Amino acid sequence: MRFPPFVRSPYAGFLLFSGMLAVLPLLLTNDYYLNVLIFIGIHAIIAIGLDLLLGYTGQISLGHAAFFGLGAYITGVLSAKASWPPIAGLVVALVGVGILAYVIGIPTLKLHGHYLAMATLGFGIIVQIFFKELDFLTGGPSGLVGIEDMVIFGYEFDSDLKYYYLVCVSLALTLLLSINVVQSRVGRALRAIHGSEVASSVLGVNVSRYKVGIFVLSAVYAAFAGWLYSHYMTFVSPSSFDFMFSIKLVTMVVIGSLGSIWGAIFGAALLTSLPEFLYVFEKYETTVFGLILITVMIFMPKGLLRGVEDAVLAGVRVVRGKGDDK
Amino acid sequence: MTLSQQILQYLITGVTVGTIYALIGMGFNIIYNSTEIINFAQGEFVMLGGLLTVSSMRILHLPLPFAALVAVIGVALIGTLLNVAAIRPVKDPNPITLIIITIGASIFIRGVASLIWGKDPYPIPAFSGEDPIQFFGAVIQPQSLWVMGVALSIVLGFRQFFGKTITGKAMIASAFQPRAARLVGIDTRFMVLISFALSGLVGAVAGIVIAPMSMTQYDIGVMIGLKGFCAAIIGGLGHFWGVVIGGITLGILESLGAGLISSGYKDAIAFGILLLMLFFRPQGILGKTKGDRV
Repeated sequence: MRFPPFVRSPYAGFLLFSGMLAVLPLLLTNDYYLNVLIFIGIHAIIAIGLDLLLGYTGQISLGHAAFFGLGAYITGVLSAKASWPPIAGLVVALVGVGILAYVIGIPTLKLHGHYLAMATLGFGIIVQIFFKELDFLTGGPSGLVGIEDMVIFGYEFDSDLKYYYLVCVSLALTLLLSINVVQSRVGRALRAIHGSEVASSVLGVNVSRYKVGIFVLSAVYAAFAGWLYSHYMTFVSPSSFDFMFSIKLVTMVVIGSLGSIWGAIFGAALLTSLPEFLYVFEKYETTVFGLILITVMIFMPKGLLRGVEDAVLAGVRVVRGKGDDK
Repeated sequence: MTLSQQILQYLITGVTVGTIYALIGMGFNIIYNSTEIINFAQGEFVMLGGLLTVSSMRILHLPLPFAALVAVIGVALIGTLLNVAAIRPVKDPNPITLIIITIGASIFIRGVASLIWGKDPYPIPAFSGEDPIQFFGAVIQPQSLWVMGVALSIVLGFRQFFGKTITGKAMIASAFQPRAARLVGIDTRFMVLISFALSGLVGAVAGIVIAPMSMTQYDIGVMIGLKGFCAAIIGGLGHFWGVVIGGITLGILESLGAGLISSGYKDAIAFGILLLMLFFRPQGILGKTKGDRV
């Protein structure tokens, strides 16, 4: 059976997904889940950006927690210390992080494999140390308090439900932009770079420009998520943006399925809600997390979403194969 | 203390810590050389070395040298197990998959360690007393001499092993040209296994000699492992003497930076050096540039 073109395009998926997000709160039995959903949304925004970089372009970053943290701290400091409105904080955070990612990205993305992993990791650790040490600005290791609630053009997001819809709209915008990037000429160039940098540069793709560009875009996504996080929590501390969180972000993308935007969202949902499922075994959480990471990578290196998809398709083929026997 | 004495003191501390980084970096190099894998669980070997020694002393009531031996053998076995259980079954060994698997392994090992040993720090007694030695107005802990002596013997030992023994040569061969090595009858899978065992051994030794100076705890592996990796990159990844130079350079600069600038930024200084190195000389101090083959 073939679906008409629109149904097969990612925009149909986008509309379906947005519809689901809109009605989801009606199905919740407990307000606490709204809180979990907000975090899933925030993490999904970062994961989508990281997937553009890691899944589509094949460039690893073990320091994305730093961009998330910078977004959160920039808007947080402006709000808590200078009473700037969140929208102004957002603009400064996005522009600031964009410029920083550009400056860092130029030398960093010349590196490959382990060297790239190590450089981004080093950058992440340095940024986190600055969060801890610049205590006149950031409040030091104990964190920054007094960040104001989210107010956008006079409208106050003062309940979890309102904030949930704010995160949903943000996620939907990110998603739409990313679908467009992936489907455009840019997306094809990114996939070409993933395939072979030399081959794509021979074909006229400006490899370093695209790599740095997508790095900046994914950093800006993370800063955007940081803005949402900062005004939701109204408190930020350095430990939320450590090396482990960078690893969690990469894991979301990889476990979800590299090179699939939906996979990134799925991965973010899975990893963010995992502690809720594991809270009975709180002591074993990290151990189980490590074990999941190893097992998925060994048995489903393409990620859960695609692993399941492959298994289903294989099943369908078996069934059809039998049907075709004459 | 005069400034020059202070600087001498920082240099001594720097060299001691740097030797530890070099040892850990050597563990990275051994695995990298035979597999091109960066083992992010290397730091956990260091942690396990220290904690297994503590347990062997407390539970088995062994004297320190035997407890250390038990720990070293134990960690070498854990390294072997890591290879067999987590690396061998990988069907598509691309760098990103392997990075994530070894990171997963490190998280897993750390989790298990926190279940076994809890989150408290444990001390190990100094090997030969704690009476500091005066040295031109600065002070050397006897344990520092142990650290340097043990590191030097390990470096020389490995040089003999890789240069003179048939197993060592076979390991180099299988790293250099795996297919050619298989053709001349070298069991490359076994060589990889040995490299994980040796890497566990070196990591454990580093963890044991440093423990009397800094205590040992379930989560010390992360930072110290990454610093060891920095040492390996600064010296030239996979380069035998490079990691020694890289480790000591890193240790000295970090110690001077912490002493003269600010101790809070100690780790930032180390990773700053790493970034500068990666940006301007990614092949490391001793490494040679390699052309990319298309």
